[in-house]
Amino acid sequence: MKKLMMKGNEAIAEAAIRAGCRLYFGYPITPQSEIAEYMSRRLPEVGGTFLQTESEVATVNMVYGAACTGKRVMTSTSSPGFSLMQEGISYIAGAELPCVFVNVVRGGPGLGDIQPAQSDYFQATKGGGHGDYRLLVLAPSTLQEAIELTMLAFDLADKYRNPALILADGMIGQMMEPVELPPMRDLSTLPDHSSWALTGAEGRAPRKVTSFNIDPYGLEEMNKRYQEKYRRVEREEQRWEEYKTENAEYLLVGYGTMGRILKSVADRLEEEGLAVGVFRPISLWPFPDRRLKELSEKVRFVFTVEMSSGQMVEDVRLAVDGRIPVHFYGRMGGVVPTPEEVIRAFKKLL
Amino acid sequence: MAKVEGYIEIDAERCKGCGLCINACPVNVIEFSEDFNSKGYHPARYKGEGCIACGFCYLSCPDVCITVFRGARKKSPVNV
Amino acid sequence: MEVRVAFSGPKSLSGKEFTYCPGCHHGIIHRLVAEVIDELGIQEKTIMVAPVGCSVFAYEFFDVDGTVAPHGRALAVATGMKRALPDRVVFTYQGDGDLAAIGTAETVHAANRGEKLTTIFVNNAVYGMTGGQMAPTTLLGQKTTTTPYGRRAENDGYPIHMSEILSTMRGVAYLERVTVSTPQDIRNAKKAIKKAFLAQIKNIGFGLVEVLSTCPTNWGMTPVEAQQWLLENMTKEFPPKLFIDRVGD
Repeated sequence: MKKLMMKGNEAIAEAAIRAGCRLYFGYPITPQSEIAEYMSRRLPEVGGTFLQTESEVATVNMVYGAACTGKRVMTSTSSPGFSLMQEGISYIAGAELPCVFVNVVRGGPGLGDIQPAQSDYFQATKGGGHGDYRLLVLAPSTLQEAIELTMLAFDLADKYRNPALILADGMIGQMMEPVELPPMRDLSTLPDHSSWALTGAEGRAPRKVTSFNIDPYGLEEMNKRYQEKYRRVEREEQRWEEYKTENAEYLLVGYGTMGRILKSVADRLEEEGLAVGVFRPISLWPFPDRRLKELSEKVRFVFTVEMSSGQMVEDVRLAVDGRIPVHFYGRMGGVVPTPEEVIRAFKKLL
Repeated sequence: MAKVEGYIEIDAERCKGCGLCINACPVNVIEFSEDFNSKGYHPARYKGEGCIACGFCYLSCPDVCITVFRGARKKSPVNV
Repeated sequence: MEVRVAFSGPKSLSGKEFTYCPGCHHGIIHRLVAEVIDELGIQEKTIMVAPVGCSVFAYEFFDVDGTVAPHGRALAVATGMKRALPDRVVFTYQGDGDLAAIGTAETVHAANRGEKLTTIFVNNAVYGMTGGQMAPTTLLGQKTTTTPYGRRAENDGYPIHMSEILSTMRGVAYLERVTVSTPQDIRNAKKAIKKAFLAQIKNIGFGLVEVLSTCPTNWGMTPVEAQQWLLENMTKEFPPKLFIDRVGD
């Protein structure tokens, strides 16, 4: 397979095209504007539609509109822009519409900066919008994985009729790496949504797509339906990667860019005779708590490292459930921890 | 020109007694009924004769309660 | 002369009773839109985007595919829908708070892009569903639940003229402001609505009809008084007018 040197943002965009996405609405925001730029060049080449919008608020609602028709649609943004999309995402989850978001996270809160960060974890996994809903959240740590997870995101969104989110960061978006691009998907093989999509009531009764129900008991039934779906996702879609966990005495936990850095931390500690494994969640929701629980029964303590004040660490603690200590180290503001400082912090715990 | 005649049927249950048809009728042949519909409104009612089938009541009704017929006069007030 | 039906309700309405207050002009406007859909024969190709406001239920009253957008975002939802299905007829039905307050940007940019969409903009100068607060189109001096002393320009700004604003945009193919307060006006409003749909169907550009509309309950008037008040006061601030017609006959 031919390897291609690509920038993360562009690899994600091309992956969406290869997944059969032909609709992209987006608004410029560093560090991911290249996705929109790429789509503006590429989509016309494949008979797709690109539209730059007037705001992220308009963007998410255009995604809602396109998703109502059952077609594959996507947008991408970065932290402040993703905050503007939260109401729309809640509507999309409530109307059970498949679509894909990409959040290339940057330093926050507020205007923050444009460096890579992981401080949007809560917003992504606990729901940044109103109501009981969940987003399928996948976190790549390499460009190749970003390509695979983008395609997976479309499949899971269709499978569960639910919005899916690629939670990347400025590092992944801006970095260049050699990647292999999968073949273009044949559009005729895309999942059929004609049973519910809004297409104009030709030869059938008119149908409504909505998250609205003025009757609380009716709305509760709708919510029960969503919750059943979420339980099923939690049972079937947990994804993670393990690195050198076979006989690890200590377990490092980190996702995305941080998960990747922890591998070199584990390698160096191994050279110093320490058996350190890495557990890297790939699906952030559903959080891979089952496997983490099993691993926590074989190690002395867990050391979670994030590019934030510590958000995923709460889910780690829930999974470990007090059996062993769960320590945390993090940097904020878009600062990326170096392996050396992580090793220093780890050694203090011994 | 022969006088156009017709009559109207008003869905008394759907009517909210807003009075816009009465206000619009150029020949003043619609009135409020004394009795109530199930929503508690006094529905509009055709007086039974004099309708010229102009359709002003149909046009002005915000709840699509009125059907206008053109042709043979009907004596009795008709409420569906 | 045998009897025949001269006027009866349009097919494109679902038959569900409207949830609007007695005398509210929403119902008249709904019927006109449905009559136009019938006459253009597009019921099976039409998708409706309802707003948040009194007409949030509107998509239940039409026998077409429909959804409801977040408050202010109907034209963005419609844009996404139309871009996904260019051969369908997509229209939005919005109130003044939805279109001219929270949804101003979506409205201005959909019009400016010349989206092949149709919008019915119902201007009744108040927020109806939430109980009669000031809207962007509330008249100066007009009392509402949030302008109890009457709207004062120095505190609340001026009534906003969306049609005038949109008339500066080259993407607009049909733009008219009408009322539905007299039978004649109602007939004219229907023609305007049909043209606004044809702007889309003929792929020319964005079509919008601003319909001045009563809100008897929140204006504190009877339906007939409200209609009179509209004709005497609203039409002075918002003169009915044809702004743009690139549709032709």
